[in-house]
Amino acid sequence: MTTTTIDEAPFIEPSTTAKRNYINDEYGVMSWLLTRDHKRIAILYMISVTALFFVGGFFAFMMRLELLTPEGDLFTSDTYNKFFTLHGIVMIFFFLIPAIPAVLGNFILPIMLGAKDLAFPRINLLSWYIYMIGAIFGIYVIVTGGVDTGWTFYTPFSTQYSNTHVFATTMGAFITGFSSILTGLNFIVTVHRMRAPGLTWFRLPLFVWSMYATSVVMLLATPVLAITLALLMIERVLSVGIFDPALGGDPLLYQHLFWFYSHPAVYIMILPGMAVISELVAAFTRKKIFGYKFVAFSSLAIAFLGFLVWAHHMFVAGISVYSALVFSFLTMFVAVPSAIKVFNWTATMYKASVSWQTPMLYVLGFIGLFTIGGVTGLFLAALGVDVHVHDSYFVVAHFHYIMVGGTVMAYLGGIHYWWPKITGRMYPEWWARLSALLVFVGFNLTFFPQFLVGYVGMPRRYHAYAPEFQVLNVLSTAGATVLAAGYLLPMIYLAWSLKFGRRAGVNPWGAVGLEWATSSPPPKENFHETPVVTWDAYDYPAFLKAMKETQNV
Amino acid sequence: MSDVTLHHGAEHAAEPHAHAHHHPFLQHHFEDLGQQHEASTLGMWMFLATEILFFGGFFLAYTVYRNMYPEAWAAGAHHQNWMVGTINTIVLIGSSLSMALAVYGAQTAKRKFTTLMLVLTLLLGGVFLGVKAYEYSIHIEEGLFPGSHFTYVHHADPSLTRGIELFMVFYFGMTGMHALHMVIGFGLLLYFIRRAWRGDFGEEYYSPIEIMGLYWHFVDIVWIFLFPLLYLIHGGA
Repeated sequence: MTTTTIDEAPFIEPSTTAKRNYINDEYGVMSWLLTRDHKRIAILYMISVTALFFVGGFFAFMMRLELLTPEGDLFTSDTYNKFFTLHGIVMIFFFLIPAIPAVLGNFILPIMLGAKDLAFPRINLLSWYIYMIGAIFGIYVIVTGGVDTGWTFYTPFSTQYSNTHVFATTMGAFITGFSSILTGLNFIVTVHRMRAPGLTWFRLPLFVWSMYATSVVMLLATPVLAITLALLMIERVLSVGIFDPALGGDPLLYQHLFWFYSHPAVYIMILPGMAVISELVAAFTRKKIFGYKFVAFSSLAIAFLGFLVWAHHMFVAGISVYSALVFSFLTMFVAVPSAIKVFNWTATMYKASVSWQTPMLYVLGFIGLFTIGGVTGLFLAALGVDVHVHDSYFVVAHFHYIMVGGTVMAYLGGIHYWWPKITGRMYPEWWARLSALLVFVGFNLTFFPQFLVGYVGMPRRYHAYAPEFQVLNVLSTAGATVLAAGYLLPMIYLAWSLKFGRRAGVNPWGAVGLEWATSSPPPKENFHETPVVTWDAYDYPAFLKAMKETQNV
Repeated sequence: MSDVTLHHGAEHAAEPHAHAHHHPFLQHHFEDLGQQHEASTLGMWMFLATEILFFGGFFLAYTVYRNMYPEAWAAGAHHQNWMVGTINTIVLIGSSLSMALAVYGAQTAKRKFTTLMLVLTLLLGGVFLGVKAYEYSIHIEEGLFPGSHFTYVHHADPSLTRGIELFMVFYFGMTGMHALHMVIGFGLLLYFIRRAWRGDFGEEYYSPIEIMGLYWHFVDIVWIFLFPLLYLIHGGA
C-alpha cells in the first residue's frame, strides 16, 4: 500500500505543458474530418454519441410524460410505440455500444499502450464514417415517421405487419454494426502488436484488459446481428417466410439469432464501464487494484460466458424446459466474474485514503447500482421469477440499472477523469459533484419505483395503465426530470471549462499510467519518445520514481 | 514484440516521408516493417473471424430449415446443375492457386510474375462470376427467384413449393453474399495489380499481397462449403 497523498502528486506547471498538441497541430474542418489521429477520431465520436444520447433521452422523456397519468392522453398508442422503439434503438446502437469504446477507448487505449496510434488509423476513421451513415439512417427514420417494432425487431411483426420504417431502421443498425466490428478489430490488433517495450500483458492497465474482452465480443457477436438483420430485410422485401410461420418460417430462430448477438451486446455495453471503473478506483484510492489478475481474467470470463446465455430472453417464448434450465444455470454463472470485480473494487477501497473527486462519486454510484442491477438479473435468471415478471417494468428497471446505472455512470466518470487529459483543462469540481449527485438521485427515483410497479404487474410498452400504479409512475417521471438536469448540467460546465477551466498539468490526479506521463492535451504522436515501461500496473512508487527520472534527464 | 527495434527519432514524425532512411511504405505509427506486417496480418485474421460468424448465421439458418424441410431441400438441390457447379469449383480453386503464386512472386520480388498471377486470379474470378450469372438467369427463367417472381410449382408434390422457395432464398442469399465478397475482391485485385506492376512489393514489403491472399482463400473456402450444401446433397440433375 502506498502512502502518497494527492498533495504530493507531480503537478506540472502550465508553462511546461507542450505548446503543440493534437488539437492545435492543424486547423480547419477538413483537418478533423479527414484525420487519422485516434484522439481526434475520439472527439468526433464524442460529439456524435452525445448528440444521439440527447435524441434518445428526448424519447425517454416523452414516454415519462405520457406515463404521468394512467390514461393514454398525451400521445396515441402508435406514437408511444414509436417513442419506446426509437428510444431503445438510438440508445443501444448509437450511444451505449460505441460510447465508451469509441470515445474513451479510442482516446486512451493507444496512449496506455505507449503507441503512437491504433494499428489501423484509416480503418478507425472509416468506422466513424460508417457509424455516421448508420446514424443518418436512424435520423431519417425519426424525421419521416418512426418505427414501432421495439428495438428487438421481433418477427413476423417487423416483416409482415408493421407499416413503419422497419427496413431503413434495420439497415441503420446493420451498417452501424460494422463500425463496432472495425473498432474491436483495431483494438485487438493494437493490444497484441503495439505495446511499448516492457509493457507485458500483466503490466497492462485493467482498462486495456476489459476493452480487449469487449473487442472480442464485438468481433464475434456483431456479424451475427448483421446476418440476422440481413435475413430480416430479405424477408420483408421479398415477402418470403424465413421467420414468418405463416409462410413456413420459424420465428423462434429469429429470436435465437437476435439474442445470440444482443445478449453479448449487453457485455459490449457493460465491460467498457468496468474498464473505466477499474482505472478510477485505482486512481482515487491510490492503490493497486486488489487481485489484479482476477479482475483481468474476469473480463475475459464475462466475454466468454456472455455467449452462452442468450436464450434467457426466451424463457416464455416456448423453448424446451430442459434448454431453459441450462440457460438459467449458465446465466447465474455469469454473476461470478461480475461479482469478483465488485468485490475486488470494494476490497481495493478498504483502508485506502480515498479522495472524493467527481469521478470517484460516479464509481460509488456505479458499484451500488450495478450490484442492484446484477442481483435483480439473478432474480430474472431464475425460471419461476422470470415467468412472473417477464415483460413487466421489473425487467425495464433491471436493465436500466445495468445500462444507465452502470454504463452511463462509468462513461460520465471516465469523461470527468480523462477530461483534463483530453482538453488540457479541469472541469469545475463543485458543479461536477452537484451533477453526479443529481444523476444518482434522479436515476434511483426514476428506476427504483419501476422495480416495484413491475413486480406488482405493470407491463412494459403500454401508454396507459391501471390507476393504482400512478403514484409510482409519478415518482418515476419526477426522477426522470432530475436525471435530465443531471445530464444537461455537464454539457454546460464542460463546455465552459474548455475556455475558462483551470489548466491541467501532465498528471492532475497523481494517477498511474502512461496517459499521465504525457502532456495534457497530448502531442499528435502521443509521446515524444517511445516510453519504456518498467513498472507494474498501478505501482505508484515505481511509476512516480520513473516519472521523476525522465524529468531529470 | 520483444524483437522490436526502438526508434527514438520520432519527434518530427508527422509525415511518414519525413524519414529518408525508412521504407517508403512504413506507416508512421509503426516502429518497423516487421511490426507493420504482424499487425496487418493479425488484422486480416481477425476480420476473417468476423466473416466466419457472419456466414455462420446463414449456415445455421440453412441447417435448421434443412432439418425442417428435408424433401423440399432435396427437390431444391435437383434444380442445381452439379456439372456447372463442379466446373466453377475447379475454376475457383485455380484462382486460389494463382493467388498463392502471386504471394510467392511478391515475396521473391518477381514483378511481372506477380502482376500476371494477380491478373490471372482476376480473370478466373471473372469466369466464376460469369458462370454464376448464367446459373442465376436459368433459375430466374424457371421462376425460382423467391418473392413475387416465384412462379414455380412443384407438380409432383405442390406442398413442397413453399419449402423450395425457402431453399432458393438460402441459395440466392448465400451464393449472392459469396459473389459480393468476390466483387469486393475484384476491387482489391485491381488496386494491387496496379501496385504490383509499379514494383511496390519485394522481399521486405509484401504484406498487402499476402493479406489479399488470405481474403481470397477465405472466399474460396466459403464456396467449398456452399457447393456440397447447395448442389451435391440429394442433388444430381
